[in-house]
Amino acid sequence: MNPAFSVISFTVLAGAAQGLVVALACAALGGVAAGRGFLLAALGLALAMLVAGLGASFLHLGRPERAWRAAAMWRTSWLSREVIVLPVFIAVVALWWALAWAGGSGTVAAEASTAAGAAAAPAASSAGLAATPAMLAVAALALAALLWLCTAQIYACLRFIQEWAHPLTLVNYTLIGMSSGCVLACALAASFDERALLAAAGPWALTLTFAAWAGRTAALMRNATLKPKSTAQSATGIRAERLVQKSMGMSAGAFNTREFFHRASALAVQRVRWALHGLGFALPAALMAMATQTASTHPAWWWLAVASQVPGLMAERWLFFAQARHPQNLYYQTVS
Amino acid sequence: MSSNAAPTETLARQLALVIDLNVCVGCHACVTSCKQWNASGSAGPLTDENPYGAEPTGTFFNRVQTWEAGSYPATDTIHFPKSCLHCEDPPCVPVCPTGASYKRKEDGIVLVDYDKCIGCKYCAWACPYGARELDEQRQVMTKCTLCVDRIYDELLPPEDRKPACVKACPTGARLFGDVKDPESEVSQVIRERGGYALMPEWDTKPANHYLPRQVTPAAVSGEPRSAAAAPDASASAAPGRKAGIPGTVSTAAGSSDGQVHGARPGLGLAADRGGSA
Repeated sequence: MNPAFSVISFTVLAGAAQGLVVALACAALGGVAAGRGFLLAALGLALAMLVAGLGASFLHLGRPERAWRAAAMWRTSWLSREVIVLPVFIAVVALWWALAWAGGSGTVAAEASTAAGAAAAPAASSAGLAATPAMLAVAALALAALLWLCTAQIYACLRFIQEWAHPLTLVNYTLIGMSSGCVLACALAASFDERALLAAAGPWALTLTFAAWAGRTAALMRNATLKPKSTAQSATGIRAERLVQKSMGMSAGAFNTREFFHRASALAVQRVRWALHGLGFALPAALMAMATQTASTHPAWWWLAVASQVPGLMAERWLFFAQARHPQNLYYQTVS
Repeated sequence: MSSNAAPTETLARQLALVIDLNVCVGCHACVTSCKQWNASGSAGPLTDENPYGAEPTGTFFNRVQTWEAGSYPATDTIHFPKSCLHCEDPPCVPVCPTGASYKRKEDGIVLVDYDKCIGCKYCAWACPYGARELDEQRQVMTKCTLCVDRIYDELLPPEDRKPACVKACPTGARLFGDVKDPESEVSQVIRERGGYALMPEWDTKPANHYLPRQVTPAAVSGEPRSAAAAPDASASAAPGRKAGIPGTVSTAAGSSDGQVHGARPGLGLAADRGGSA
């Protein structure tokens, strides 16, 4: 497949935002304390990423003005289900943000009078992470999981794209989202000096990153050994042992030659693979391990890990699409 | 929408094309007639971009490809027309988020409602055959309509109520009919000539079928050549299949292994898997 930047951006951004919300919800349910300022910033960032992802997904459409129609076929289409779950998830995160905001400014007038907000500090403990209603945290968790299911199944349900049609697709979409989201939560916690949360989430970020690395490596190994079920012979029914396409029936390109071929050189693909392993998983893991080892709460460790994951996970998603060999490509091998 | 077929529904009627690879000469008349009809019909306009430039591109519902089978000197050049197969279980339909892609209950034609399509391209990903093409100008998905705006047009003389490609084919390599009617011409040739479906491994149950290449006595002259199908004297005695179906019956008929008699060893068996209509 030819990876579309819009879909790569959407899935990476939304996945990390889901992971961030999951980290916050787990921390809230686990009774980890964190202040209102942190919570507003973290939820605000998640919201911004989700909305940006939604915007990116619109760029993939030929007719974005008709996007509202996409909720219609939820009975059969995972894409339609994603189109429904994503706004609901955004709404729940927005509600959480609004509750956190309102909780801290319960006495709006009093706070406004202090202007600088110095008086907000004592209120923080009652309006922070621990004040999150359990129902809301559970709803956020469930919707994040549902969204991963929808996104992954969009790809995994296409049975003839063998690279995708496997449970590892769901496992990896989930683990990579959780890894990047948890790293982001730690970076924010370090920046806001939320030591309790950082101490609780730090080990999780490292563990999830290793788990995601293992899952993605398993998928890469599986892809390397896949034998395509479709062949030129099955595509044409011509039963000769040697069967070569002499003409695809046109002298230049078509939608079929643009959409399904990435046209990157083997060297470029290899570099993307190194970026996936190095920037997506190895370097962030090393940075996180250093931070944990040295008991440093300096945010730089975590933001460097985030900065490494951004291109690394974009590379991961690019390869996810590029490695998918579509059977239709059997029909489009030779220009003439 | 009540006329749309449910995903698991078995239809009583399924219109389809049967393409005779023995007869196709690769002239592309079906390609150009398809483009002409559909560019000016309800599916159009199928705009070509940069038509006189170095890299012309455009939307086509039908392509004729060319394949070479066997090893030199025993090679066969096989022209292979390719369009939407109007699968009985079309994977492109259930994935559509808007319902723009649908399969008609009354005749099994798979269509796109261009006014509902959002151009997300997911249906094209979900088609293993590459039968769908996004129209670059309108940014909606398009595909073969089986000339639905022609085959039911009572203003046309009855003999013209066929897809444009079928009407245009100078060698009669394209047949059109109901593959669910066992007495139809298409059902008979599928049975008698070992008609097969493409990529049977994905259980899409394509309605369109292909009739395999046969080697004629003149071509055989001595060594059997590498062809894709039965080098059967009685079957190949009537290479112009359209002229007389009964004449082609005798030994190639219907049996699932009808295509391997006398074929050179080492030839695969793709055709016999999709042979039943």
